[in-house]
Amino acid sequence: MQNKSSFSKTLTENAGFLFIVPWLIGFLVFKVYPFASSLYYSFTNYDLFTGITKTGLMNYQKIFTDSDIIRAFAVTFKYAIFDVPLKLIFALFIAYILNFKLKGVNFFRTAYYIPSILGGSIAIAILWRAIFNTDGLINTVLGFFGVAKINWMAGANSALLVIILLRVWQFGSAMVIFLAALKGVSQDLYEAASIDGAGKWTQFFKITVPIITPVIFYNLITQLCQAFQEFNSPYLVTKGGPNGATTLISLLIYNNAFLRHKMGMASAQAWILFIIVMTLTAVAFISQKKWVYYSDEDGR
Amino acid sequence: MTREQKAKVSTVLRYILLVAVGFIMVYPLIWMVGATFKTNSEIFTSAWFWPKNPVFDGYKDAFKSYGGKIDLIKSMINTYKIVVPKVVFTLLSATLTAYGFARFNFKGKSIFFSLMISTLFLPQVVLNAPQYIMYNKWGWVDSYLPLTIPSLFAVDTYFVFMLVQFLRGIPKELEEAAKIDGCNSIKTLWYVIVPMLKPSLVSCALFQFMWTSNDFQGPLIYIADMKKYTHSIYLRMSMDGDVGFQWNRILAMSLITIIPSLIVFFCSQNSFIDGISAGGVKG
Repeated sequence: MQNKSSFSKTLTENAGFLFIVPWLIGFLVFKVYPFASSLYYSFTNYDLFTGITKTGLMNYQKIFTDSDIIRAFAVTFKYAIFDVPLKLIFALFIAYILNFKLKGVNFFRTAYYIPSILGGSIAIAILWRAIFNTDGLINTVLGFFGVAKINWMAGANSALLVIILLRVWQFGSAMVIFLAALKGVSQDLYEAASIDGAGKWTQFFKITVPIITPVIFYNLITQLCQAFQEFNSPYLVTKGGPNGATTLISLLIYNNAFLRHKMGMASAQAWILFIIVMTLTAVAFISQKKWVYYSDEDGR
Repeated sequence: MTREQKAKVSTVLRYILLVAVGFIMVYPLIWMVGATFKTNSEIFTSAWFWPKNPVFDGYKDAFKSYGGKIDLIKSMINTYKIVVPKVVFTLLSATLTAYGFARFNFKGKSIFFSLMISTLFLPQVVLNAPQYIMYNKWGWVDSYLPLTIPSLFAVDTYFVFMLVQFLRGIPKELEEAAKIDGCNSIKTLWYVIVPMLKPSLVSCALFQFMWTSNDFQGPLIYIADMKKYTHSIYLRMSMDGDVGFQWNRILAMSLITIIPSLIVFFCSQNSFIDGISAGGVKG
């Protein structure tokens, strides 16, 4: 009896597998294979024109000794260290204010979200170059307050600030995620706290923040991953300058791979970046036991 | 101060803050619209968005073709030649995969699911060079294939994850009823699941639409032939190629390219907000 139906039983039991076959093919062809071959290329001097020779650890040795490459990693860290917290704090703060029962909240929410929709587009990069021009909008406005004209693109720190601000300006989606989480915080908690005499700031840090730590964690991870891969703004707005001060690592990888066709070197750099991002993600996941509060069951 | 007065003051303060931040967020865009009607000298002297003596040469020149090979309209059509298939392919493949993961049990499911989730954390930067080498071998470089075909295989696992989350929230009773009525898995998917998933499918479509229209790095890597330029790389070329830079022209071109995205956003902003809140979107 078992034998007779075993085939159709296997088929119905594994019908779900058929539905994920397309994904599995895509996973193997477009993710696993490139990922693995990238590791292999990183130990070679693969050049699209001259071919491939194994070079062992040479690429990696160069990464840890070449001052331009080290600077690119350092600049990427600096970019992420300022960009991620600034964006998250701003997003959380605005979401907190939007969460008060105010009229027209939806209107503001939409307005704040527009830059997130358009922010990745080249049109915005062009706009950013125009407004941070030496004679641009920002300097004109600062001029009203008596600030002398700043040559944004010429200073190492100011150029980095320009591209950091471009991403902070796109705080909309992090904000919407925070707002959804804030809506889930029970009003009773706030009422109980204000009866106990807790002020708004105390309530914010003692009630709101602890309850939404899972969402803070989520936003932190996603923003971190993106910040370390930022490409458009250094490529388009600052062109990596002045003197490499905004050459983030992804820009360097792009230049190696697609301008100089040094696929081996580009792969090695990408792997170092990958290891850094993975390490930071792992640290975040391990540390979450200490600071992320899950109300019940699965501490994912 | 009484309690009511205090509450009033803090409400007013909140509004002032919201308006101030909103102004900072939106003013650059408003200024951009005004700037398309200004001359270079006015763009770089006035912070006020309204043009003193509006000029229209920015718009007149925006549609000029570049060496007869490409112009703004052509580049926008090219962009949507990528966007439309990619959105359709993504919806198809992500729905199938999410259905398989959310509604069936099969050997190795949990392993496959973790593998899928792990690709969410796999930086695209690592894949760029080897994917290029692979597509180059296949003869796909300088076509739209590398930018569209992979979506047939649910490579943007982010959307699969989002749909699985939605499916988990949908009760299974209806599907069971459909099964009793003799629907097979595919029919159940099409007649029961897809209608219920509609709001989240709309969110997925919208996000994929926005991300693909804005995509710059993909076309930059794969498209070399000027005739195939998408608007993002056409804009970049216009920005670099111009000697004696005509800002109102380039800003007008930029504005025109984001208008479709803006229209889509304003027609569907609630789906966007719901989509992010429910799935937790990157970006």
